Parts: sequence; C-alpha cells; structure tokens
Amino acid sequence: MTDVAELPPAGRAAAPSLAEAADRIRRSAAYVVVPILALVGSGLIFSLFLLALGQSPAEFFGLLWRGGFGTAFSWQNTLVRAAPLIFTALCVAIPAQLGLVVIGGEGALVLGGLAAAVIALPIAASLPAPVVLAAMFVAAAVVGGAWIGLVGLLRHGRGVNETISSLLLYYIAISILNFVVEGPLRDPGSPNKPSTPSIGEQNMVGNIPGLDVHWGLPIGVLLCVLLYLLMSRTTFGFAARVTGGNVRAARGQGLPVGGLVVGACAIAGACAGLAGFFEVAAIQGKANASLIAGYGFSGILVSFLARHNPLAIPPVAILFGGIAAAGGLVQRRMGLPDATMMVLQGLIFVVLLASETLYGRRLPAWLGGGK
Amino acid sequence: MTTARLPSLAVSRRGVLRGAAAGALLGTTLLGAGRARAADLVIGIVYVGPRDDYGWNQAHAVAAQALKEIPGVTVVEEENVPETVAVSKTMESMIELDGAKLIFATSFGYYDPYMLDMAKKYPDIEFRHAAGLWTDAAPKNAGSYFCYLDQAHYVDGIAAGLSSKTGKLGFVAAKPIGTVLLNINSFTLGAKKANPNASVQVIFTGEWSMPVREAEAVNALVDAGCDVITCHVDSPKVVIETAERRGVMSCGHNANQAALAPKGFLTGAEYKWATIYKEFADILATGGELPNFVRGGYDKDYVQNTDYGAAASDIVRAACEQAKAELRAGKPIYVGPLKDNTGKEVIAAGTTHDAYDVWLETTGYLVEGVIGSTS
Repeated sequence: MTDVAELPPAGRAAAPSLAEAADRIRRSAAYVVVPILALVGSGLIFSLFLLALGQSPAEFFGLLWRGGFGTAFSWQNTLVRAAPLIFTALCVAIPAQLGLVVIGGEGALVLGGLAAAVIALPIAASLPAPVVLAAMFVAAAVVGGAWIGLVGLLRHGRGVNETISSLLLYYIAISILNFVVEGPLRDPGSPNKPSTPSIGEQNMVGNIPGLDVHWGLPIGVLLCVLLYLLMSRTTFGFAARVTGGNVRAARGQGLPVGGLVVGACAIAGACAGLAGFFEVAAIQGKANASLIAGYGFSGILVSFLARHNPLAIPPVAILFGGIAAAGGLVQRRMGLPDATMMVLQGLIFVVLLASETLYGRRLPAWLGGGK
Repeated sequence: MTTARLPSLAVSRRGVLRGAAAGALLGTTLLGAGRARAADLVIGIVYVGPRDDYGWNQAHAVAAQALKEIPGVTVVEEENVPETVAVSKTMESMIELDGAKLIFATSFGYYDPYMLDMAKKYPDIEFRHAAGLWTDAAPKNAGSYFCYLDQAHYVDGIAAGLSSKTGKLGFVAAKPIGTVLLNINSFTLGAKKANPNASVQVIFTGEWSMPVREAEAVNALVDAGCDVITCHVDSPKVVIETAERRGVMSCGHNANQAALAPKGFLTGAEYKWATIYKEFADILATGGELPNFVRGGYDKDYVQNTDYGAAASDIVRAACEQAKAELRAGKPIYVGPLKDNTGKEVIAAGTTHDAYDVWLETTGYLVEGVIGSTS
C-alpha cells in the first residue's frame, strides 16, 4: 500500500531499517486490504444474486449508499443502529482474546437493561437525573458483568463450554425479563404489552447536541479504545492473550488463569449490559420485550468481522448499521424482501471468514505486496 | 378476491418497481432530495413481520395493495421492522427520503414511544396506529384505527357450530388478554347460536408466535374430539395446516388462509383494513383532516369473512350471510343475561353492550360454553 519512499526518514538511533519498516507496514496493511477485498468480493457475488433476480446491482448499491451514508439523515440513522452493536461486539471480542467464544451477549443486554429500569424506578422521581443515570449505568454494567462472569466461572470452575452456557443463559435471561415485566413490575397502564413503568422523561440520556444520535455511540467508541489499551498495553491484557494462546503455558508461568477468564467475561458482560442501559435510558424509557432485538447476536458477527480487535469494532459496526439503515430504502424502492439484507450480511460473513487464509500470504504486486 | 390475492400481490410488486424506478429517477434528477412529486400522496406502511405471513401483517399488506391501485397514491412498505428505535428510523426515512405524508404503523409496540416521538418531531406528517391506544393527550397528528374482528369470529362460530358433528370446537389462542378473550367469546356465542350444545375448548400457547406449540395444541384438540379448529395467533398458518392434515374443519383468523385448507376450510375472520386506508387516502387527497380515532366492524365494512371454503355447506353459507346482514345493521352480540364459564353472571338480563361499548375491550372472562381458564 504505502511506498517505502513515503515513509518519514528513520531519525532515531535504534530505528529499524527501511526494509524492516516496509515489511511491517505491508503485514499490517494486510489487515486493511484483505477485509476490503472480501467486502468487494462479497459485493460481486451479491451482484450475481441480484442479477439472477432480475434486479439492478447498480440501483441496489446506489440505494445502499444513499440509505446508509448518502445524507445527513442517513448517517444519523446508521450511527443510531451502530451504537448497540459496538457494545455487544465487545462482549464477544474481549473473551475472544482468551480463546473463549461467548455468544450469549443478548442475555446480558436484556438483564442489563432490566436492571437499569429496576434500579431507576424507586428513585426516578426523588433523586436528581445524573444520580439516577449513574445508578442505572452501574446496575446495568454490574448485572451484565455478573451474567457473563457466571459463564466464565462455569468455564473455569466446572469446565462447562462457554459457548453453550452463554447461549442457554440467554434463554434464562429472557424468562427473567418476562417474569419481571409480566409480574412484579408490570405497568398497569400497559395491559396489552407487558412492560415496566417509565423511568421518566427527565432521566433519559439525551442526544449529542445537533445530532439525532444518543451518547451511547461516543461512549461505545471510547470503551473500544480503553479496552484496546487494556488488552494491548497492560499486564492484564498480556496475561489474557497468553492464556488465549496456550492455557497450559499460562498456568505454567503462574498466571491467574481463573481470574483472567472470569474477569474478561465480566468485562464483556458489562459491555453488553451497557448496551441494555442505553436501550432503556436513551431510547425506550422502560424495560420490556423490545430489549430482545437481536443486537447481541448481530454483535457476534461484528466482532468476528473486526477480528476481535476492539479498535476495528466501531467501523465494522457502522458498516452493519449502514446496511441495516439502508435495508428499508432497498425494500421500499426495489420491492425486495427484507431477507435481502440478511443475504448480503451472510455473504460478507462467509467471504470474510474464507479470506482468513489470505493472511500471511504475499499480496499480489498490484496491491502493494511482493518483493 | 380470495384466491387471487397472493398472485396479485406479486404482479403489482413489479408495477411498484417500475413506479419506484421512475420515481427515483425523477427524484434524483429534478429534486435532488429524492422526494416524490407534490401532487402524489406518499403513504408509508410499516410491518413487524413478513408481508406474506398468512396473518396480521398480510392483512395489512393486502390493504396496502388496494391503496396502490388508487391513482396519485404511492405506497412505500417496509417489513420485519422490530419494535425498537429501528421503527422510528424507518418512519423517519419514509418521511425524509420518500416524502411520506401519512404513516401507518401496524404493530402494537410501535406506538409508545416510537410513533409518538415521531409525531412530535414531524407535526406536519400524519401518523396512525393499528390499535385503540390514542388519547386526547397524544399529539393531534397521531391517531388510532381499529376493527372489531370479534364480529367476524362470531360469524365463524356460526359456521363452526353448524358444521361440527361432535359439537366440540377447538380454539388455539395466544395470550389471555382482552382482545383474544373477546374473539373466543364471540366465536363461542356464534357457535352456541347455531348449536346450543356446542362447546369451545381453548388452549393458550402463551406467545403470539409459537408454531410448534400451536401444532401441538391443534393435535391435542383434535385428539379430544374437536372437529372444527380456529385460532387467535399472529400467523394462523400452522394451525390451519395442521387441522387440514388431521382431517378436521377449520376457520381462519386475521387474513385469508383458504388456500392452506382446500378440503376443510369453512370461512375466516378477516380484517378489511383497505376500507380505512382508502378512506384516509381520500380525505388527504381532498385536503380534509384525518380523524384521530376510527373503529368499527361489519357496520362500517372494516371486517369481513373469508369466502367460503369447500367444507361450508349451503345451510352454513345461508346462516352466515344472515348473521353478517344482522351485524351490518348493528345488531349487538353481547346481550344479557350472559354467564361466564364459572357460572357468574357477567351481563344482567336487559343489559346490552353494542360493538362500540368500551366495556367489551376490558373483557377478562370466558363465556359459558368455553372450556378453559383465563389464568
């Protein structure tokens, strides 16, 4: 990608040689080039699919651009949809550093949102809004963290497969939500849709000034940066990655594997719980079955596409937010069914996973590779 | 109308495509913002599920189809929109990118907070929601529309009561809430009018859409001797198909399911949203003001019964037609004395609750003749 000549001159004494630097850049460029190639490839395959349906790929991609990124409204639409995906993707990405595949983030989201509403209800009217919001924030993170932390605990203590247990715990989470909103905390004013009472307009998280996007997006991006630093620049992160690389070696080195597993899962659950917090505090104002919207499962896709790199999660989440945002326009203008967008997402996923084999190989010369 | 519906949906989808392509061209070349011509009325319809679900969403999609046939009306539709911020964005996108002036939000959970928020944000756009939720406190550019489907279930009940040989009818229901209980009660009252000894056995699945449990419920009802099955679930497809496979008769719900039961279908309770949608389009086309709250049943042509299936005999057809005529004339279904199925009197002798009586919306009991419990 970048030509050697464009590099700043190596000024420091210990600076690597130009050739080494170029090689490093080539290797890291692969992490940008390969996903882009995969996106283009899946777009081409999808075009064939559209042509088979007698539809125009040009019109489709034009609408995709317009509905997702083409106007100020489209951008806001995209960003609002991306916000929860950032949090739920983190719920997959952090345990993935330890080699754990946690797919039950939806459960932590649901319970985090429920916890936020439950803690807000008794204090919503009496305490100032910042206090209420802080309590909700903490409650959502703690409950979400405990939920996925439990997955880590089961994994470490009893050897229970974390993928299965997190998925099964999701069903339990939904039952808990349904029990609470249909029973003890049901709003009598909402007979046909069981729901908790509202936390009150004054306690809602507002939008970023001038935008129709709530604060969940910047906080999610900030969280991605913090967790990236945690995983790449701290001893916790290093130990976690060592554990992910080889558990026995980590144990042999005396690393606290159990604490790392449970801790990483708890951090992950806290992220998903915060997605629930923003759903309740920024959007719905109450907890009900609308929390079960599939953000937790879309987050799995986002995290895998971001190769579990927290810094790559926001752009991927925005890409998926854009696809979701444009889905409506495509349906309306081209008369295509809603499932079209699922086909596109599925294709991107499959092609990107298939492109994993390209890493470490030399790219063709025209893409900046080769020696 | 009955069997031609699905094909016609497909045919005019192509037509819509042509229209959409032309509209997009016009929008991008002339207006930049992609809005439709000012003379056109753009109506947006949002569905929570697929448009071809043989149920609630299809009933609205069929009406959307009828709207499209009106010259000067462009309909933009979006399906599978969850009850999250996604629906706000869908409505906003219809307004901002398609120039929609009227939005029909067809799922219960769209109303609060999503549709109300949008109504506040876009005071010049009309929003209407398919349930009786609007109150005076809500924005004036929002509103509710609803149909008394229980009247069509009453007609179903007459068909079922007359057709059943065992006198045992089966009802697969989602949740024991007001509207569902009202449909069960009206079905039962119709059945008992046709056959005073008829009984209706109810199984609640607990969920709006739970196909496996719905199929199990049908099997259990048929095993218990029921020879006519009907339901109130989001998509009756599985119920009707399972009944047909078990060789019993069936009555539909929400939309047209006749094609699913070529042998055993009697008739079905169907919404006729098209009447309301066309009324609204007419009002807006002539510059009038939309009402905030509309509701009605057979009297306003807001509900209908599916065209008779193969199992409906001439006697059944005649009895149903008579019942429909009476309902059109405003004859009430809920007339005292009426007992619930625990023996308690719910309507005293001499008391009548007509279709518009809000008392019916608070139904919390099952009438005498229903085997089942609300809790």
